[in-house]
Amino acid sequence: MLPKNKIEEDIAIQVNGISKAYRIGLEEVKHDTLGSALVSFFKKPLRNLKRLKGLSKFNGFESSDIYWANKDITFNVKKGEVLGIIGKNGAGKSTLLKILSKITDPTEGQILIKGKVASLLEVGTGFNPELTGRENVYLNGTILGMTKKEIDSKFNEIVEFSGIPKFIDTPVKRYSSGMKVRLAFAVAAFLEPDILIIDEVLAVGDAEFQKKCLGKMKEISGNNGRTVLFVSHDLAAVGALCDRVVLLNKGSISDVGLPPDMIKKYLSSNNYVNEADYSDYKGSGDWLLTGINLLANDKRDENVIWQTGNSVIINLKYITKVFGKSPYVILLIKDSFGNTPFFCFSKVAFNGEISLKDIGEINIEIPKLPLLPGSYSIDVTFKYGRDTSYAKESIIDFEVHKGDFFGTGRLDDGLVNSVLVEQKWSFND
Amino acid sequence: MDNITIIEPRKSSNKINFKEIYRYKDLLYFMVLRDVTVIYKQSVLGFAWALINPVFSMLVFSIVFGKLAGVPSDGIPYPIFSYAALIPWTYFANTLNASGSSLISSAGLFTKVYFPRLIIPLTPVLSKLIDFSISFVILILLMFYYQYMPTMKLFLIPLLILILLLATAGLGFWLSSLAIQYRDVKFGITFAVPLLMYAAPVVFPASLILEKYGTTAYHIYGLYPLTGVIEGFRAAVISTKEIPWDLIGISLIGAILLFIIGLNVFNKLESNFADVA
Ligand SMILES: Nc1ncnc2c1ncn2[C@@H]1O[C@H](COP(=O)(O)OP(=O)(O)OP(=O)(O)O)[C@@H](O)[C@H]1O
Ligand SMILES: [Mg+2]
Repeated sequence: MLPKNKIEEDIAIQVNGISKAYRIGLEEVKHDTLGSALVSFFKKPLRNLKRLKGLSKFNGFESSDIYWANKDITFNVKKGEVLGIIGKNGAGKSTLLKILSKITDPTEGQILIKGKVASLLEVGTGFNPELTGRENVYLNGTILGMTKKEIDSKFNEIVEFSGIPKFIDTPVKRYSSGMKVRLAFAVAAFLEPDILIIDEVLAVGDAEFQKKCLGKMKEISGNNGRTVLFVSHDLAAVGALCDRVVLLNKGSISDVGLPPDMIKKYLSSNNYVNEADYSDYKGSGDWLLTGINLLANDKRDENVIWQTGNSVIINLKYITKVFGKSPYVILLIKDSFGNTPFFCFSKVAFNGEISLKDIGEINIEIPKLPLLPGSYSIDVTFKYGRDTSYAKESIIDFEVHKGDFFGTGRLDDGLVNSVLVEQKWSFND
Repeated sequence: MDNITIIEPRKSSNKINFKEIYRYKDLLYFMVLRDVTVIYKQSVLGFAWALINPVFSMLVFSIVFGKLAGVPSDGIPYPIFSYAALIPWTYFANTLNASGSSLISSAGLFTKVYFPRLIIPLTPVLSKLIDFSISFVILILLMFYYQYMPTMKLFLIPLLILILLLATAGLGFWLSSLAIQYRDVKFGITFAVPLLMYAAPVVFPASLILEKYGTTAYHIYGLYPLTGVIEGFRAAVISTKEIPWDLIGISLIGAILLFIIGLNVFNKLESNFADVA
């Protein structure tokens, strides 16, 4: 056991049993008589006072409206390490970063930090629309903890990195939102802390600029042995940048390990396929869908991940009463904007006779999933000639995760409304 | 050897970290600069607005209280009598409004970045000094008009400004740290500030209290820091008026008390700001 307040030479951050309790609002009591509503109206100020007071005062931590955003979190970050933190929405990632950056105090536990910390929980904090780019660089820079002298000496580099030197004396309210982000990130990129804490700030900005930022971050951590703590939902970036990943789940650490392992674990716990509902269909009902499964390859694994470029299988289960009336199947794959990136149509894609048994399965294999990361759903239709037996929209929702379609290790997800197709490139002179 | 930062649940005995606030002095400077540059952007009259408020109040007060109601003014012409009071008063009122709601309006800042939060309510205390200084222009014109020649008593003004700053800052710290959790405070400030003006000797002289209620009441009244500041301002510019040292002394004590209380309340509540905002 190390003496208190001492930390080992090669450790930059030591987090010991950090917990954070928040007070969350409980549902208000509903009144069904005028009398009780009136009484409550006059009592309301008292209740409000109690509630507001409760935001900062806890009497014992048992009460039902207390929410542990972080619970007993312990880990170390080595000097020069890039540590990723991933987890679902509300897992407590931002809360942990806020505690680490002293924005909010932990309820329990202790953190020891060696070196100067800069945190970037948002790009452009404190940007004022009325001020010019130049004025905002100084304001934002000092908010992030730089001194005027430091900013003076880096000002030209900052402006150059932002790529918008022409607009530096224009009020920021005349900027496009992308320009604002570029300028803001440029300021942050030139902070020179020992430890940099970043929360999902790369999610904004166009693909080109994101790449520039990632490059800068690599430079920050690579060259000078700077420690970086990095929260992101962009698993490709996490995989590319981090040395180690902490997986958070409901406020606690569920695992710590190498990026590929943690990402796999996260995706499989996160694989989100809605319980499908087969009733409420349109059509005669002679031929019914009884089940739909999304599988990866042949593995009948419950926790499959659908990733761009993977080989996947859509498995349909049916039951039918009628035979031999030239049946066919239509599947429409819909994205969240209601477009149909692709469809599966047995009449054109299946070369042969369909012979149905009274109970059976249909498998549609897609050797290389061409969908970009996002949410999708499937419409299913069974037909006999012109008669619809079964038709239902959005029978199942699924999520496609980032994957390596082209086998190049690179994938921009800056594109929307499109699908990927195999392509061969050559450059001849 | 790198210095080690320890992050722990905050103890109630936590000391105010003045060194850290000093380290962030550049931030304070740019925040004040931001306030000053932004306030009159896209306005036609610009800094003239700093004069309009006290000048019109002076005109209205001179007619209503000076002429119609015949409120005494220690034998001083009512316009300069009220204007000398309106300069510190306008500063106090405007700063309190801005400072009291400053944490609420900067919630987006301190929930995203750490810096000493005291800088937030401190910013208007400094930035409003610009308007305050501008409003002296009219005072000088009035002095010429009524032929009050400047005397050595003008050197009193820095002391009065100090009292004013301490009181305003203290109250600003106090109210802003309550307002972030209880928004009622913000509404309360808008409601109470005009009333506080009638509690201060703006439209009447403090000597009225002395006449009506005696010396003890007069001295207790001095604990309201604006009393000493306003009477001091009048004495500083009006050559015939004597300096009310007793009032100024008591007001200084009142201001220091307010400052200390405000600072401590703020420091005690600071750790909750990000959670309750
Ligand atoms: N000030 C607050 N008061 C009450 N509850 C809060 C407060 N701040 C955060 N929470 C709660 O704490 C939990 C964790 O929030 P946090 O922002 O850390 O999640 P996250 O992991 O960053 O999620 P996301 O991926 O969506 O950014 C959430 O359930 C949230 O509602
Ligand atoms: Mg978050």
